[in-house]
Amino acid sequence: MEISVNVQAIAYLVSAILFILALKGLTHPASARRGNFLAMAGMAIAIVATLMGSEVRSYGFILAGVAVGGIIGTVIAMRIQMTAMPQLVAALHSFVGMAAVLVAIGTFLNKQADGLLNGVLMGELSAGIIIGAITFSGSVIAFGKLQGMISGRPVKFRGQHLLNALLAIATIGFAVHFALTESTVSLAIMTLLAFVLGFTLIIPIGGADMPVIVSMLNSYSGWAAAATGFTLQNNLLIIVGALVGFSGAILSLIMCRAMNRSIFNVVFGGFGTAAVEGDSAADAAQKGVKSAAIEDAIYWMEDANKVIIIPGYGMAVAQAQHSMKELMEQLEERGVEVKFAIHPVAGRMPGHMNVLLAEADIPYENVVEMDEINPEFATADVVLVVGANDVVNPAAKDDPTSPIYGMPVLDAGKAHHVFVIKRSMRPGYSGVENRLYYQDNTSLVFGDAKDVSEGMVNQLKGSAH
Amino acid sequence: MPETLVALYIFVLSCFIGYWVIWGVTPSLHTPLIALTNAISGIVIVGALLVTGLEGVGTTAEIIGFFAVLLASINVFGGFLVTNRMLAMFNKKKR
Repeated sequence: MEISVNVQAIAYLVSAILFILALKGLTHPASARRGNFLAMAGMAIAIVATLMGSEVRSYGFILAGVAVGGIIGTVIAMRIQMTAMPQLVAALHSFVGMAAVLVAIGTFLNKQADGLLNGVLMGELSAGIIIGAITFSGSVIAFGKLQGMISGRPVKFRGQHLLNALLAIATIGFAVHFALTESTVSLAIMTLLAFVLGFTLIIPIGGADMPVIVSMLNSYSGWAAAATGFTLQNNLLIIVGALVGFSGAILSLIMCRAMNRSIFNVVFGGFGTAAVEGDSAADAAQKGVKSAAIEDAIYWMEDANKVIIIPGYGMAVAQAQHSMKELMEQLEERGVEVKFAIHPVAGRMPGHMNVLLAEADIPYENVVEMDEINPEFATADVVLVVGANDVVNPAAKDDPTSPIYGMPVLDAGKAHHVFVIKRSMRPGYSGVENRLYYQDNTSLVFGDAKDVSEGMVNQLKGSAH
Repeated sequence: MPETLVALYIFVLSCFIGYWVIWGVTPSLHTPLIALTNAISGIVIVGALLVTGLEGVGTTAEIIGFFAVLLASINVFGGFLVTNRMLAMFNKKKR
């Protein structure tokens, strides 16, 4: 059965509406899953409508591609650990980028064979290839950094910005030449330069800026889809590309605000120090840092009215989310109110901590965002910081000389007692010493986040009353 | 109005929809949002289908199209399923 162009257009419209409603569904966790199903329906309608249209005539390669890709995608989605979500997302972004490049090149070959090339089309093709290629190689680098295959430290070298600027100008130059002359050589060089540009743009950016970069590449993958839509004069691709592009852009903006930095500063700034050696625990004691045993922390926590736990990237690395849940249960049995405070840039991607806590079965009602929880710290008996650092540094509020001054932080230091689980005195990503550690009400519990929190749970289980 | 301009209209208006809808997303669901938009951007599969399935398509274009279909399919299947997995965790019954 073949459907007409008009029926296909209506199907695409339905599909676009479903995607918009799907995103709308993410307004609340209760409606989010239905949203995802709406998006699946939208995608199914779009694919079926395309296959049934008059333009698709041969199905062999298509079926093979969908089958192989579908199996790979399904296996990955079922097997992936929640802690590896940032890497997975980066990998998937790279696939969209590469697919956009391939579609543009394929379109070029098809149109060239039919003699249908024109300047506007070649301009649109170039845009699709450039955005797609930057998305691809940038995401590959982000994946490498998140997976630990490439150093997460910012890689900086002299003339970096000049190199990027020259690369960008050259890429656009070859694109213009291609659009004017139909030169395949210019097309090839342009494609190659765009791949290099994605690489050189992302390589200088350090690990803790990854929430911004993941969001930004998310945005790029949307623009790549939109550019493909312009090339193919397909409105569905344009609509979806714009939605995804804006989604990523807004997330980047939210992340930047949470660090009090501009997107320009994140992309070109190369924030963070190259290597900082931390003091040993003994050195730290001389500086006026108190260390505490697990028993001390438990002593204050089990009789508290309210305990606020602040998770950070360290919790993800140590996979300590499940022992957090046990700790929460043990404390709740003793009548303690337990809440989790989330800083927007905690972890390696937006919402990273929320997913890990949800994985551990911690109800989302107990997980509170920064602005909402900040007034509550003054009434908390105990704050437990698990692998977070810069996001609880009071210097961001009251020390204008600090590099992180102005960044919104969690007011952990206002609680009666603060316990910080830490492996060493190594400063946070920013390389800034954390003033919270030197406060009178703060004690450091040295050790791995998982070992310490499991120790706390065992202690509580042992002292059951 | 030329087709490219129509496309531009649609693009700009869609940007506005994206802007309004995304600000409403709750911060706790930002990771599922990224995973979902990732799956949705697998919509480039439509482009891949059009390239691969064209009548009288050349072998080179067909092979390029095959890989585009394959990559986009990984995104569509992987993206939706992993989003579903995550959202299921947010929706578990309370004890």
